[in-house]
Amino acid sequence: MRAFLIYTVDGVTNGMVYAAVALALVMIWRATRIINYAQGAMAMFTTYIAFFVIEHGTPFWLGFVIALAAGLALGAVTERVLVRPVESRPALSAVILTLGLLIFLEALAPMLFGAQVQSFPAPFSRIDLTAGGTQLYFSRFDIFTVGSVLCVMVLLFVLFQRTTIGLRMRAAAFNPEIARILGIRVGRMLTLGWALAALLGALAGLLAAPVLFLYPTNMDEVLVFGFTGAIIGGLESPVGAVVGALGVGLALSYVSGFLGSDLAPLGSLLILMAVLMIRPRGLFGMTRQRQV
Amino acid sequence: MATRISRSRPWAVVALGGAATLLAAACGSGSGSGSGNSASAPGITATTVTIGSTQPLTGPAALGYSEIAPASKAYFQYVNAHGGVNGRSINYIYLDDGYVPSNTPTQTRKLVLQDNVYAIFSALGTPTHLAVVNYLNSAKVPDVLVSSGCNCWNNVSQYPYTFGFQPDYTIEGKILGQYIKQTYPGMKVGYFAQGPNDEFGTDGIAGLNDQLQGSGVTVLSPPQYYPPTAAGAAAVKSAIATLQLQGAQVIAAFSVPLFTAIAEATAAALNYHPIFVVSNVGSDPPTLTKILTGGALGVTLPAALITGMVSDAYEPVVSDSSNPWVQLFKSIKNQYAPSLPWDGNVFYGMNQAYTFVQALKAAGQNPSRDDLVHAIQNSHWRGPGLVPFGFSSSSHLGLLGVQIDKTNADGSQTTMGPVYTTDDTSSGAITQYTGTPATPPSNGIPSD
Amino acid sequence: MSALADDTDDESLGSALRRSTLLRHGVFFVALAAVLLVATYLVSPFHDYEIAGVAIYTIAAAGLTVLTGANGQISLGHGALMMIGAYTTSVLLQWRPGLPMIVTLLGAVVSTGLAGSIIGVAGARLRGPYLAGATLALAVALPQIPLHFAGVFGGNQGLNVASPTAPAALGADFPNERWLAWLCLAAALVTLFLLANLLSSSVGRRLRTVRDNEVAARLAGVDVARTQVLAFVISAVCAGLAGALFAYWVSITSPTGFTLTLSLQLLTAVVIGGLGSLTGAVWGSIILIYLPVLTGDLASNLSLSSDVANNVPLAIYGVVLVVAMLVFPRGLQGALVSLARQLARVIRMRGTVLPAVPSAPEQ
Repeated sequence: MRAFLIYTVDGVTNGMVYAAVALALVMIWRATRIINYAQGAMAMFTTYIAFFVIEHGTPFWLGFVIALAAGLALGAVTERVLVRPVESRPALSAVILTLGLLIFLEALAPMLFGAQVQSFPAPFSRIDLTAGGTQLYFSRFDIFTVGSVLCVMVLLFVLFQRTTIGLRMRAAAFNPEIARILGIRVGRMLTLGWALAALLGALAGLLAAPVLFLYPTNMDEVLVFGFTGAIIGGLESPVGAVVGALGVGLALSYVSGFLGSDLAPLGSLLILMAVLMIRPRGLFGMTRQRQV
Repeated sequence: MATRISRSRPWAVVALGGAATLLAAACGSGSGSGSGNSASAPGITATTVTIGSTQPLTGPAALGYSEIAPASKAYFQYVNAHGGVNGRSINYIYLDDGYVPSNTPTQTRKLVLQDNVYAIFSALGTPTHLAVVNYLNSAKVPDVLVSSGCNCWNNVSQYPYTFGFQPDYTIEGKILGQYIKQTYPGMKVGYFAQGPNDEFGTDGIAGLNDQLQGSGVTVLSPPQYYPPTAAGAAAVKSAIATLQLQGAQVIAAFSVPLFTAIAEATAAALNYHPIFVVSNVGSDPPTLTKILTGGALGVTLPAALITGMVSDAYEPVVSDSSNPWVQLFKSIKNQYAPSLPWDGNVFYGMNQAYTFVQALKAAGQNPSRDDLVHAIQNSHWRGPGLVPFGFSSSSHLGLLGVQIDKTNADGSQTTMGPVYTTDDTSSGAITQYTGTPATPPSNGIPSD
Repeated sequence: MSALADDTDDESLGSALRRSTLLRHGVFFVALAAVLLVATYLVSPFHDYEIAGVAIYTIAAAGLTVLTGANGQISLGHGALMMIGAYTTSVLLQWRPGLPMIVTLLGAVVSTGLAGSIIGVAGARLRGPYLAGATLALAVALPQIPLHFAGVFGGNQGLNVASPTAPAALGADFPNERWLAWLCLAAALVTLFLLANLLSSSVGRRLRTVRDNEVAARLAGVDVARTQVLAFVISAVCAGLAGALFAYWVSITSPTGFTLTLSLQLLTAVVIGGLGSLTGAVWGSIILIYLPVLTGDLASNLSLSSDVANNVPLAIYGVVLVVAMLVFPRGLQGALVSLARQLARVIRMRGTVLPAVPSAPEQ
């Protein structure tokens, strides 16, 4: 029972980080019909930026905000400079482009910041809390992880559902032609979508780094499991992305804990395939296939 | 010539070395003191010896390990600046295989067939080097001082050209196991290792079991693993939590440094404070201290996490600034590779380079490839290592033993107890090594 | 040197493949084989070894070209299929060490064909990023199987494979690398020949119809799902053959040899070589083998700190991918075709006759 509790908390906190990445992938997918395979590497890179400025005397929270801002900027620049030219091209162009960006960022980081593992500070204690002598199975940092991702999700929901700019972004993503006729500057909306997604990714990077430590490929598995979660949930659905990513986090944690750590990726593959065989567009995806 | 003088008058060799450097500089790459030198083997000219290596310079294994080859190179540059070996300067080419076994064969063939190296030196990694060990031996290329503790390199009949360097993981496991059973009798011991079915973890656990099974300590089963392929980090928490639930008081770990760090941080986060006994590969204190003291736990843990960590070493501890080898290698690092950190990886690379220079000198004025093999097999030399090598015509085992040490609050280490030697068989007894440690030659270059 | 020789011939390979007669293909491939045979003698054993690598990657990339280029299905997991081929070969050799290569290659082809049909059936229900995600998960998860079942697959250490030695009839000095290059080139040429004919046959037309418009394909009576499964099987068989040769080439089969990186490299090779043409697969494989060599030499010639120098090749590879997609969206082959067209136009305008552009392939 205690084991189950520990694995559950671990699964949820990991799952929230995957969820941030999954949600970022879904936002970009909905805006531009592109999977951003560089999402994890971008998050790694912005975390290095935070690490660098903190090392050089910037207070932690300012460094944190700088990383988020850097994510925003990196997302916007990537969309405007790299992705825009290939948006109208076959989907594979964008796949290769983002893979290229992934490889480039993972090479650039050790060039700029060195090829050693770095310790990235956690803003809150990672030591599990105790209540009246009994050990609880989560820490302040776990609360912060879950809380901050939830918080950003709510903000994004409000932005998309309750503001004019959110409405414009949805319109631009849903039907760019009509949006354009309605006077919406579609390009700008897409750039903003990428920027916000990259901000979310940057948050995931900042939350993952204290646990995984910081090195150029530290977000690779986070991207893989975030992507798996997004697929399970259905790429059209932000709620699905979160549910799917949490499911992946829990599944990995239970499989490693009860069956053996080396089987965890197989477990996530089996779950993914089981879901896709029943619902080829994910749990929350549209049942009707678009092509037909 | 120079080396003969050094025995009696150390200062003379410094002057002579300096003169040789000047001379070499004046004549370009020409004839420093290479009179009587011939191109006696592939990779050897009258003035140069070219050797090669494959190393993880990129990818996850590059963390830390990418320092080894530049450190070796720095030592070779130092030797070259002081006249080289038998008048030849050492040209060290190391190529990146990213720790991916399918990259290693191409890079190794490039070194052998294209760059025409005399020998492969310090090639790093068990799975990577296993991909080329047959090739190198069938091509009769000396494959010396492999950077891996797999016992697979000690196979004279199948791999006559291959030599190990560090103690193999079973030797480490046995000596660590002996320490555990003597120091923590009656305690519960859990294993945390790379695996399952990875020779680093498996061999280490075999050595531990050799000492611990039926010894009075309780060995918890099954061993907890993190996989060397994907999703390793996500697996650590459940592994450590399981050990905590089982009540492990000692965790014996055969893990790479990143995973030692994740495991120790995870244990602390679980309010779990077992004694960590970590094999040499995963315990380099400067590396661990740097990783763990950066606030990754969100609280300042006075004295860091690794205080009290037990480990083993076959080299002097790098924080011991009174050790003459540490002084020598650190000053060479500062001069020739100032951008490298000062840690166990750098010492390791320099130690290997020093050993290679010993081997090359012993191979003779104009050595063939086989001369190098024979020189190593017949060697009785000592160097920075705490114990002798196991090299003979019937064994290509590297260093034969280790000393236990404990990490202090400031990240330095204190050695504990004697140096032990053993072999990797279960019948092989663990014996105390009583020889005195070697001191470096005054010019820092091994004499004949 | 050899690379140059290959390249010029692959140019005409591109054009010949577009003409659909079996005879022309046959003549062309026999001629190409002869040229390559000579080339392997002209270069050093190391370059022979590299050529073997190009041939192996070409086989896998050509299979992926059929799947992704002709049929429009993406796979981020072809490294896993290569792994199945490699392990089939290695396990067979473990069981019977003297087994002839042709038997182990066939074994690999059969096992990956089976695996490909299973993945294909599952994949036929999936589109775009869903298929990408599923194959990506496959690439990450599959190496865990040999890791877990060490009794059969040797665990992380993997299984050793004796690398092929040249027959005594070729002489004592005949380098094993050249023999390996012959074997791999032969396999690559046979594969390319078969695929070229397949793509120009009615099967190829069906594959492309499904890619271009599933609804239209259905209306035309094409069984979309079956065609997609067929594409996956063909592609998997190629990956399996490549994997089997890969086992001989690197002489070890271990889980860490088949990382996600390998799968991604294959896909990037196919696309930057020129998606949709088998010539593009050849270009992509040449880039995969030779770009790291070039950039590695470049990095070591500059005096850079080790952290920078070590990562220059990867950084350049990333930049090449990004720039290629921005500037040459149709890959190297597409760029060469349009370059040749422009040259031809310039020449025509000037009214000069230059014999130097024989191989401008017609689209």
